[in-house]
Amino acid sequence: MSDRHPLFKPLIFVGGIVFGFGLGFSHMARPEVVLNFLQFEDLGLPFVMFGAAIVSGIAFALLPRIRDAAPLTGDPYERRLKPFDRNVLVGGAVFGVGWGLSGICPGAAYASLGVGNVTILWALAGMFVGAYAQGYWRSRRQARDTAATGAD
Amino acid sequence: MVADPVLLQAAADLFPNGISRYAVGGLLVGLGTVLIYIGTGIPAGASTFLESTLSYVSDQSRFQQYVGSRDWRLVFTAGIILGGLAFAATFQSGLVTSSLYEPGTTGQLYEVAGVTLWQTDVQPWRLFVGGILVGIGTRIGKGCTSGHGVCGVGSASKTSLVGVLTFLTVAIGTAQVVAALGVSP
Repeated sequence: MSDRHPLFKPLIFVGGIVFGFGLGFSHMARPEVVLNFLQFEDLGLPFVMFGAAIVSGIAFALLPRIRDAAPLTGDPYERRLKPFDRNVLVGGAVFGVGWGLSGICPGAAYASLGVGNVTILWALAGMFVGAYAQGYWRSRRQARDTAATGAD
Repeated sequence: MVADPVLLQAAADLFPNGISRYAVGGLLVGLGTVLIYIGTGIPAGASTFLESTLSYVSDQSRFQQYVGSRDWRLVFTAGIILGGLAFAATFQSGLVTSSLYEPGTTGQLYEVAGVTLWQTDVQPWRLFVGGILVGIGTRIGKGCTSGHGVCGVGSASKTSLVGVLTFLTVAIGTAQVVAALGVSP
């Protein structure tokens, strides 16, 4: 959007660099290391996810008390909670099979490309195919539902 | 303090690469999330990029809801890739060392222009099929390891906690079955 602060994208970029560096440093960008965790051969990996969640959790809890709105967007610091429904379980289970088979999740896959893992392009191609398939299916379903309601 | 050698050995078996590289890496992942949140109020996840980027090339109605965020999500992902490269050019290349960083023995190292790069041994079919399922699952399930696992758990969201428990349990089961079937690497 054109009315965004000029520092909006630079900040997102720097945040992404720190995020990706952390994924490289933690070896979460290596599918083997993720698979070793899931097979209980190296239990270090939860320190990545929960370490990150603790850091972000502190910021999410503190910032709304310090300021009302973010400087670059004017958006309020609030919890944007995702609604729970059956999709969270179904999608989570499908994601789990994929993660357990390949050792790869989206953020770690981008960082994996950065550490030189060109083979990861297979996983990235797969992710786009999967995301497109679900988007295609849900677009059709939505169109059908809307049409059905309209006919009432 | 007397350390029990048996207990110490048990802990060493569970953490053959120590915990510091994992913990420090996690703190940095959290710090990247926090930087973005402080400036923008956005709790950024990595998987929406898949759908938002598809909105450039597909006019399916599902993808159009991400048109407003697709530009900055490209920037975020470019940053993540560059962050991985920055790690490769420093710690992975041995240019910078730290007692907190334990190098690994997985995959293959190779060199391009003085930078030590790394490539996985995991077979392409596993990455591709796994990627398809990850792509479907993360979008139906409303988040991934960063959206649910970092931002959602960080905001104590019950939806995200359930999401994380679901995919963690299923992933452990899947990886155990795949290993039991003798698929390696």
